[in-house]
Amino acid sequence: MKVYIPRDAAALALGADAVAAALVKPGIETVRTGSRGLFWLEPMIEVETPAGRIAYGPVTEADVPGLLAAGLLDGGAHKLRLGRPEDIPFLARQTRLTFARCGVIDPLSIQDYRAHGGMKGLARARELGPAATIEEVTQSGLRGRGGAGFPTGIKWKTTADAPGARKYIVCNADEGDSGTYADRMLMEGDPFALIEGMAIAGFATGAAKGYVYTRSEYPHAIATFDAALVIARREGLLGDGFDIEQRVGAGAYVCGEETSLLESLEGRRGQVRAKPPLPAHHGLFGMPTVVNNVISLASVPCIMADGAVQYKALGFGRSRGSMPIQLAGNVKYAGLFEAGFGLTLGEIVNDIGGGTLSGRPVRAVQVGGPLGAYFPPALFDTKFDYEAFTARDGLIGHGGVVVFDDTVDMARQARFAMEFCEVESCGKCTPCRIGSVRGQEVIDKIMAGTNVDTNLALLTDLCHTMKFGSLCALGGFIPYPVMSALTHFPEDFRHPVAPRAAA
Amino acid sequence: MAAFEPWSKEQCAAIIAAHAAREGAALPILHALQAEFGYVPKDAIPMIAAALNITRAEMHGIVTFYHDFRDHPTGRHVLRLCRAEACQSLGADALGAQTCTHLGVDWHGTTQDGAVTLEPVFCLGLCAIGPAGMLDGRPLGRLDAARVVAELETAT
Repeated sequence: MKVYIPRDAAALALGADAVAAALVKPGIETVRTGSRGLFWLEPMIEVETPAGRIAYGPVTEADVPGLLAAGLLDGGAHKLRLGRPEDIPFLARQTRLTFARCGVIDPLSIQDYRAHGGMKGLARARELGPAATIEEVTQSGLRGRGGAGFPTGIKWKTTADAPGARKYIVCNADEGDSGTYADRMLMEGDPFALIEGMAIAGFATGAAKGYVYTRSEYPHAIATFDAALVIARREGLLGDGFDIEQRVGAGAYVCGEETSLLESLEGRRGQVRAKPPLPAHHGLFGMPTVVNNVISLASVPCIMADGAVQYKALGFGRSRGSMPIQLAGNVKYAGLFEAGFGLTLGEIVNDIGGGTLSGRPVRAVQVGGPLGAYFPPALFDTKFDYEAFTARDGLIGHGGVVVFDDTVDMARQARFAMEFCEVESCGKCTPCRIGSVRGQEVIDKIMAGTNVDTNLALLTDLCHTMKFGSLCALGGFIPYPVMSALTHFPEDFRHPVAPRAAA
Repeated sequence: MAAFEPWSKEQCAAIIAAHAAREGAALPILHALQAEFGYVPKDAIPMIAAALNITRAEMHGIVTFYHDFRDHPTGRHVLRLCRAEACQSLGADALGAQTCTHLGVDWHGTTQDGAVTLEPVFCLGLCAIGPAGMLDGRPLGRLDAARVVAELETAT
């Protein structure tokens, strides 16, 4: 009898290994999978029954004897029984394309991968040829899922058309934004999807080598992906004119910026480059280079397999297809929710997320990581879509949604944004390097009640300088969290609040 | 916890030689050295610089740019606590302060007995189960002060 137990880092953090060890018994075949992304139910285990898989969770090691006594292996009744996972409302409401296999299959079984639709995209790309493959990706409307939202097909075409002795596909797996974990989940739960996506990109653009730049904070993703690369070479998914190598970052947030990432891959300080030239023309080692996020690349196999029309049918406005929204922080149902663009922020936080974990009122939601704006509930009608967020001085970034309850002090959050910018600034441009330090000083004065009006004006002016004067999105977008805190929560800057008491 | 080798010039040279021919070899070399010795020894810098045909100053600039690379060994155990926003929303600031007090160290500090080094980290991708941390590479979720103390006691 097969029992599926996740090996996703978050499930491990909640004791999945101990549960798996307790299930090592005669007659039980344990299969380690990625996570379905329902983290309040992790470790969530699933048992294969004639009626399909039946899920139980959250399971601890101590629950295992009771579960077995209750007939776990036949899907027996138990207080932790959740029924069929696909019927759990949080999953039932989703449209899983990129994450269709995550949490379902053994991530290192290429047989599982093929049996669940893998490799069809690459096969179709080879049938169509490089130019038609790029056209298909362009037609799908896929835009960069890392945050910038640049059309993927156009990036590919630019690289394909650029002259170069060799070309590269670089996957940005430096997922540094707090509140995001989709790249990590995918690399731990369905690494072949990324490999296949990169192989398609290599085929389409004429690149022979791919690099995946993974952040060092993700040791489990690194290990799983390296193991998957070995298997992919053995199984012929790689090696036939295209190979991939994984490189590990070293704790620099700014290396998630594409030009800084390229510098780091080349073995230098991760300092950003001025653009132009674009990486598509002059990228890694000066060669034409596609730099795409993990989710962008991993979305390509299903686009190629099922066709651009089907992918494009999902979504809203100019944001086509599906986006893995990652609910995080103080939220009751924290997890990965893949759906077409166009849900409102209120639906995401309240209906899907169930409000705060603490049970207190939601006060602020930061969307898009440390460079994203804080939204108050008054703006919960904002649709989750690249343009709608931009129109409200925010960004969807990589899809992270971090919920805060009413104990949050927004002046402190604004100060943290500046502090983070100082720690992570690459130092190349002055607005970011110096502005982040000055920003903290000014916010400190505001919080202390010193010349508040003058200093608020100064902070606004500083944010303007950073936004328009910085070389990259780090210094350029740090004004989003700062100014959104100031605009939507002015009371926190007017009445200095003492630091929150230690809980 | 991982056991590290004592500094050896020969071993260092062998590691550098094993990676020097790779494209953009600096980070792979630095990671390999830190995996071997637990930190990047100062004596390794001129050796890497020579192998990569760059100046010592450039090599120093590279090593010091990245938060991960250390110029001294850590304690026997490394506890990393996330300080980023998702974990903040669940009390990471207070947890960090309590942990500093419990260990008698500031961030990046090592306890006097050399048992534990406390490192801040900005996101481990465990944002759905915060406050999150990592003890000797093992992920931890839904931490509170009592759980941190218990985990440290089990490890040490």
